[in-house]
Amino acid sequence: MNAPILKLFVLVLVLFAALIAMTSYNSVINAKAYRDNALNARPQIEQQRVHRGVIRARDNSLLAHSVKASDTLYRRRYTPEAQLFAHVIGYDFLRIARAGLERSRNDALAGQRNELRSIVDELRGQRQEGDNVITNLDPRAQKIARDALGDRKGAVVAIEPSTGKVRVMVSTPGYNINSLNDNGVYAKLSQDGENSPLLNRATQAGYVPGSTMKVVTATAALDSGEFQPDSRVSGKSPITISGTPLSNFSGEQFGDITLTDALTHSVNTVWAQVAEKLGHGTMAEYMKRYGFGKDPPMDYPDAQMLPSGVYVNGKLLGPSSDKVDIGRVGIGQERLRVTPLQMATVAATVANDGVRMKPQLTSRIVDNDGRTVQNIEPEEAERVMSAQTAEQLTQMMSNVVKEGTGTAAALDGIEVAGKTGTAELDIARHIDQPWFIGFAPRAAPKIAVAVTLERIVGGQGGVVAAPIAKQVMQELLK
Amino acid sequence: MNARNRELFGLIPATLLVTAGFTAVFIQRHDLLSNLSLTFGALFLALCLAAHLVVRMTLPDADPYMFPLVAVLACFGLVMLYRLDEDLAREQAQWFVVGLLAFAGTIVALRRDYRVLERYRYSIALLGIVLLLLPRLGHPVNGAYLSLDIGPIAFQPAEFAKIAIVIFLASYLSSTRQVLVVGARRFAGITFPPLKHLGPLLAVWGTAMVLLFVIQDLGSSLMFFGGFLALVYVATNRISFVIIGVGLFAVGARLLYAIRPTIQDRVDAWLHPFDHHLYNQAVGGSFQIAQSIFSQADGGLFGQGFGQAVIKLGDSPPILPAAHTDFIYAVITDELGLLGAAAMLLVYLLFVERGFKTAMLATDSFSKLLATGLTAVLALQVFVIVGGVTKLIPLTGVTLPFISYGGSSIVANFILLALLLLVSDRARREAEVR
Repeated sequence: MNAPILKLFVLVLVLFAALIAMTSYNSVINAKAYRDNALNARPQIEQQRVHRGVIRARDNSLLAHSVKASDTLYRRRYTPEAQLFAHVIGYDFLRIARAGLERSRNDALAGQRNELRSIVDELRGQRQEGDNVITNLDPRAQKIARDALGDRKGAVVAIEPSTGKVRVMVSTPGYNINSLNDNGVYAKLSQDGENSPLLNRATQAGYVPGSTMKVVTATAALDSGEFQPDSRVSGKSPITISGTPLSNFSGEQFGDITLTDALTHSVNTVWAQVAEKLGHGTMAEYMKRYGFGKDPPMDYPDAQMLPSGVYVNGKLLGPSSDKVDIGRVGIGQERLRVTPLQMATVAATVANDGVRMKPQLTSRIVDNDGRTVQNIEPEEAERVMSAQTAEQLTQMMSNVVKEGTGTAAALDGIEVAGKTGTAELDIARHIDQPWFIGFAPRAAPKIAVAVTLERIVGGQGGVVAAPIAKQVMQELLK
Repeated sequence: MNARNRELFGLIPATLLVTAGFTAVFIQRHDLLSNLSLTFGALFLALCLAAHLVVRMTLPDADPYMFPLVAVLACFGLVMLYRLDEDLAREQAQWFVVGLLAFAGTIVALRRDYRVLERYRYSIALLGIVLLLLPRLGHPVNGAYLSLDIGPIAFQPAEFAKIAIVIFLASYLSSTRQVLVVGARRFAGITFPPLKHLGPLLAVWGTAMVLLFVIQDLGSSLMFFGGFLALVYVATNRISFVIIGVGLFAVGARLLYAIRPTIQDRVDAWLHPFDHHLYNQAVGGSFQIAQSIFSQADGGLFGQGFGQAVIKLGDSPPILPAAHTDFIYAVITDELGLLGAAAMLLVYLLFVERGFKTAMLATDSFSKLLATGLTAVLALQVFVIVGGVTKLIPLTGVTLPFISYGGSSIVANFILLALLLLVSDRARREAEVR
């Protein structure tokens, strides 16, 4: 009977070899594919083992930090100040993954500087530690903006024109970041279609820009050399644009007026004619230079930014498409949808002598010993217009605040340049989208802002949005 | 050096392993070293020494390597359990004491001549089948009737039944093997065993099927039937009998697959572990096997180290279910890597080698078949659970002998070891005399 016993042993050897082969396949050969499997939560869990870096505001106040959740795991906590910046900071929770700065700066926060450092840390028996992110965000101005919006839905963005540093980015309604980790809260908030609290309205909401768009049209008009600030265009109302009659606000009549006056009083018919005269090509070129049609180049997740432009059935249309009524695009109507961040960029570009800077949320990245690992230097995105055009536009925009529709944004002793907008969403029910974009001080601009509010009854930009911009600029110019 | 001194020296690596293992887990957990780990090592050494003395007094010629190999497996399992849950490790240590008592009891009771077992073959077979049917009185777990709750103890009779069935088969086949071979007829190119001796064998096949039907313990039935085929093959040296057996089993399994949804679920989960629908299915889905594979994928070549595997987070349900029983092999691969897992399988292989060696050394056919059957069943048990956890075969819940948490498993496998040592003692003595 010994021969079959031996054969049986050989069979057992074969079976065990198969076990080792299968274990090799699972643990080594195909391990990477298994680790990348969408059902596998382990890589995320592993990241919760890293003592993640903190996120701080510009004034060094703490926004986000990690606390021990168990022997080996950390959990993210957000300070009361952080709640002001809920959308900007985002979140980092195992249950619902990652968003906002927590996502766009994850490599730094999780300490994934390079492979070598991780290995050295491991050999030294040190737990991986993340670096700290210092932002450009200003809690006091942020609070003023948030309080000014109150319980209305809307957004405020404030940018330093010469550097692109984002000082204020508010979206209302907000939410408590810590609560997202509670059972069911995230699901509930994400299903709240009426308020969409998780939406960052500053970067994700496409609004009709109304007359603030006239700044873009004016840029194209002046910089292309087709028009001068004192070029005269007829302001009679109504006129026919793309086969449809167009009227001025309240049907107001103007004679032949200069572009400066047409901007000061926001004359629709003039700017529609200007845009038509410039044509699709020129308008598209200047929109592109301002950054329309692309996600803004900000250190923020692409998934949380919306390109501004003309949308048809939810799809972004090429700006030079001749299906577009370019006259109405020129006055911020048609199917044009813009984000508050885009309009803040428009104001900041004019303020920065025509050079568009990349908006930046992060100021620098420092390690736990306080050494600066990376300084986020200001970065030029594109020259949109000549310095001369920018100066002419600044002059025209300061007239708006001095004597036109934007007087509510005027500051004591500081000259402000700006433009109002009132997009009429539902004329019968008087539902408007009020806007204000602008910058100050006129001579050496320190801050550019964009303010908008969602579906306000009888909400004119100069009445509703301009005062909010004034408060925010006042704080930031202190 | 005589056999018993070799056994004594063989226990040293096991003791070192248990001490080092507890030390590692302890440092990992508390960032400091206490003499508790040494206490565990000392306690384990004392238990092993006591068992060794029993063997030394009663079975002086028994194989010297089997007991140390089991000690290595057992202490390895204890360390893994200690890492998972201190309370489980403490309970398991208590079960070791019970297991070693059963071990000593078996040896002392059968030390004159274990072959008396042959005389009680039908009683033992009946006992085995009754044991198997007992869990039907209990409640099903995951669709299978695996255990019977006696007070606080969950008794898993299948672990004991496997020994009873092996004893019966070894005994029955040792007396009928000649007839089976001589009376065989060839039909359509296949050699069939004589019909009148098929009865008892068919009864065993029937038992395996009943297991599937009634208590739905797929793993145990696979183990029994595999052991049965191994014994028939060794007894008759006819591969055709094995083919017939496999064919019958396949027919039965196919039939069951068609009518038992739980078995269909197991097979579906095996074939498509990452199917979203199956993964999220509350009962009988593929969540367990998928997590087992993810856990192994974390291990790599060297593993993450003791205590590093992700098993559960906070109070939420564990990410890797049944880590201390069915899926302990996944934890081992996760923390000790492919090398650690392969080393553990190698220890089992060495044990299996000693078992088959004992069978080959034995002179009478009952002893040969008994040693073969016990060894084969243990090897199959390892194959069934490790194969299931690694997705080589559909997952069925059996314990990893000597390593998984579970009193019945520990006690039954120590009895199995005792029987193997009994066979070995006689075989080696007779081999020396010759």
